[in-house]
Amino acid sequence: MARLALLLRLARRSVLRNRRRTLIILVAISVALWAMIFFAALTRGWENDVVHNAIFTLTGHLQVHAPGYRDDPSVDHSMKPPNATVAQLLAGTEVAAWGTRVRVPAVVMSEHDTAGVTLVGIDPAAERGLSFIADAVHTGRYLDSPDDRGILIGRALADRLGTGVGKRVVVMSQAADHSVADRGFRVVGLFEGDREATEMAYVFVGRRTAMTMLKLGSRVSELAVMLRDRRQLPAFLARLRTAASGLDVQPWTTLEPMAQAMVALGQAWIWMFFVVMYVAMAFGLVNTMLMAVMERTREFGMLQALGMRPRLILIQVVFESCFLLAAGAAAGIGLAAGTLSLLHGGINLSILAQGAEMWGMGKVIYPAAAVVDVIGATALVVVLGVFSSLYPAWRAARRVPIEAITRN
Amino acid sequence: MTDIVACHDLSKTYRPDHLAVDALTDIELTIAEGEFASLVGPSGSGKTTLLNLIGGLDTPTAGEVYLRGQRVDTLAPGELADLRLNHVGFVFQAYNLIPVLTARENVELVMELQGLGTADRARLSRDILHEVGLEGLGDRRPAELSGGQQQRVAVARAIVSHPAVVLADEPTANLDSQTASSLLELMRELNQRHGITFIISTHDPMVMEFARRRVMLRDGRIVDDTVAA
Ligand SMILES: Nc1ncnc2c1ncn2[C@@H]1O[C@H](COP(=O)(O)OP(=O)(O)OP(=O)(O)O)[C@@H](O)[C@H]1O
Ligand SMILES: [Mg+2]
Repeated sequence: MARLALLLRLARRSVLRNRRRTLIILVAISVALWAMIFFAALTRGWENDVVHNAIFTLTGHLQVHAPGYRDDPSVDHSMKPPNATVAQLLAGTEVAAWGTRVRVPAVVMSEHDTAGVTLVGIDPAAERGLSFIADAVHTGRYLDSPDDRGILIGRALADRLGTGVGKRVVVMSQAADHSVADRGFRVVGLFEGDREATEMAYVFVGRRTAMTMLKLGSRVSELAVMLRDRRQLPAFLARLRTAASGLDVQPWTTLEPMAQAMVALGQAWIWMFFVVMYVAMAFGLVNTMLMAVMERTREFGMLQALGMRPRLILIQVVFESCFLLAAGAAAGIGLAAGTLSLLHGGINLSILAQGAEMWGMGKVIYPAAAVVDVIGATALVVVLGVFSSLYPAWRAARRVPIEAITRN
Repeated sequence: MTDIVACHDLSKTYRPDHLAVDALTDIELTIAEGEFASLVGPSGSGKTTLLNLIGGLDTPTAGEVYLRGQRVDTLAPGELADLRLNHVGFVFQAYNLIPVLTARENVELVMELQGLGTADRARLSRDILHEVGLEGLGDRRPAELSGGQQQRVAVARAIVSHPAVVLADEPTANLDSQTASSLLELMRELNQRHGITFIISTHDPMVMEFARRRVMLRDGRIVDDTVAA
């Protein structure tokens, strides 16, 4: 115990003695940790954005379809609306929102041009909290009810078709009896998507209007569900699969494999960055500690001559790097916390949005520090930092430097 | 009288593989408890080497070293460290002190490593600093002390836990003659008062006046060993 106190005192004072070197090491450690945390937060922010985008672009946390719909999303693969058991599950507390939709391929025509789109018949009230569309109307109005006779199209599509609010478009698709279904709609609103691709891909009409147009009777294409907490997904999925037997029940991870892959990529990316930063930092730390140890050869020799066991010398040097690492880590975390709180409002990427869209990103990225990343980065820096200081420590303790203490 | 130090057939060759240097050859030497011995001889004659072997800092090429009857040259590094901690006090020519510790802490260092309690350490270090004439300077760092004061702290540290022997390798070489003489005076007083054995290597003729026994080395061999009347 007395020895421990001595070692701690020696270590603390030695660290404080050479202020310049201590400062250099502290800066290196804290900047490395700051970069690790900040980069991880950026990546997590991007991941969240990708997932959020995927989920809110009509996917929800999970969906139910008729078997075969995912391969051929046509009127042929429609299903009955939710039965009593399913309805009971949907009324449960873990469900935040749910809605049924008609969703089929269609062609939309203006007087100028034609475009292939996905026609989505929605229950406008049910989409609140379930998808982006309820909050995405840019000009004009949102749909009022499943019976609304208007159509909502994307801003980019409106540009392409040379149409706008108040103008008429014709939508053509295949009806349930395989006849051609076509119908004129008045454009009541233009919506804005996080990505331009979304604005080009979907047009929205009232669900019952679509059911009538496509002669679907009471049948729909899909049921989308949003849970209050993404972590409840596996349990809820299992129950819904039992309740909706014979139907195809899938989580967003299956429905949006790209988003899922990007999350995995982000994770790998974070750890790669961590390792690179750590190696750079450890290299600096080992070098500086080695220098510090060489400079003090005489001091360590004297301690050994006085009868300090090599093991204690080793521990003293390791303590020194512990102090440096602890202080550096605290500073790094502090720096990262400061930076992240400054960027709380998100980083605007609109200049890069064209390129960013390719990566599934929206126009603003919100850095999100994950506790697991902060702990992971800190542990990596501190634990492996201590580990890498064993080499300089061993150099200091390995033998009594007789020449250094007996010659002048 | 018991022998505190005994060397038999002691030899040390540096770099035995190429350009070998025979620093010591067939040394036979015993030092009795309570002796105040000087080790003299020209530069390169092997004084430092001999002290290092006796104190367990280095290991001989051949021969045996005994300290208080215990064989030293066959000990493992950790055991040697313990031997130095408990039975040997070293005083080197300069820079004896740990720069980040105060004079008092330097004196207490050995006791701290031995596991002595705070109160005992404080009492012993206060007494010994007083005895070597450094009262009031205990809280200074080495850099804030003169060369002579630093050497006194080193002597205080070397004797504070009553080692079997104090090995001083040219302790006065960096001091002016007046400071050197008062340091030697101090060491002899401590030798007489506490009965601690001293072996002091030196070029300095003054040391020879202080020491009753004088061991002279040349080219790694003992060429003279006299005890003054
Ligand atoms: N580490 C070493 N490697 C090689 N030779 C050494 C080493 N240490 C000492 N020697 C040689 O051993 C011999 C004895 O050296 P030592 O230092 O013991 O002499 P010394 O009497 O203490 O000299 P000085 O009065 O100059 O301190 C010298 O020839 C020296 O050059
Ligand atoms: Mg010498």
